[in-house]
Amino acid sequence: MINVLFFAQVRELLGTASVKVEAGEHTQTAEGLRATLAATDDKWAKVMASDKLLVAVNQTISQWDTAVEDGDEVAFFPPVTGG
Amino acid sequence: MIRVQTADFSVPDEYQLISQDNSDGAVVTFVGKVRDFNDGSAVTDLTLEHYPGMTEAVLNQIEAQARERWPLNHVTIIHRVGKMALGEQIVFIGVTSAHRKAAFAACEFLIDFLKTKAPFWKLEAGEEGASWVEARDSDEQAADVWNKK
Repeated sequence: MINVLFFAQVRELLGTASVKVEAGEHTQTAEGLRATLAATDDKWAKVMASDKLLVAVNQTISQWDTAVEDGDEVAFFPPVTGG
Repeated sequence: MIRVQTADFSVPDEYQLISQDNSDGAVVTFVGKVRDFNDGSAVTDLTLEHYPGMTEAVLNQIEAQARERWPLNHVTIIHRVGKMALGEQIVFIGVTSAHRKAAFAACEFLIDFLKTKAPFWKLEAGEEGASWVEARDSDEQAADVWNKK
C-alpha cells in the first residue's frame, strides 16, 4: 500500500487527510499516483489538476516523474506559506 | 536546535541560550509575527498547519546548508503551529558567529529558505471568514537570490 497524505487547501477541498492506495502498474511514479487519484471523481480530478500542486515522496519534495514504490509515503499539498 | 511547537517562545531565553560563547562576536535574531493586514484584508488570527516529520527534516537540511556557507556556532530555529492571535510570535531564528556578516547573512538565508521550502501553511481568519494564504513570488525570488550567490 502507498500511504497518501494531503495538507492545507488540498486536504480541505478533498475532505480527507489521508488515503491508502494499492501499489500497482499505474502508481509507479508520482504522476501515475496523481492520475489514479484524479480518476476518483470530478472533485478529485479538479484538485489533482491544479498547476500549483506539489508532491513529496517519503518527505522529500519531488518531481512528477519520481518513482513511487509499495510502502512509500506520498504527500500532495499547495505551495508552502510558513515563516 | 530545531523546534516545532504550539507554545509561544521567549526571545530573552533563546538569546541567553545561544549567547554564552566568548568566541562569538555576533548574535543575530529574527522574529516573525502575526500581522494585522495581508493583501488588503484585515486579519484577526491565523492557524499554522504543517507536515510533521518532513518539517523537521527540511529545517535540519536548511540549517546544514547555512553551516556549509558560513562559519556558524549556534543556530536555533523555532516555528510555532496551531492557532495564533494578532501580534503573536510565529517564528524565531537565532544565529551566532565570530563576525557579524556571517551571522546576518545566515539569519536571512534561513528565513528565506524556511519560507519557501519548509512545509507550513497559513490559514488566515478575518471578518469575511478564513482563507489560505497564497504563496508570494517575492518570497520565491528572495530564496532564488541565494542560489545565484
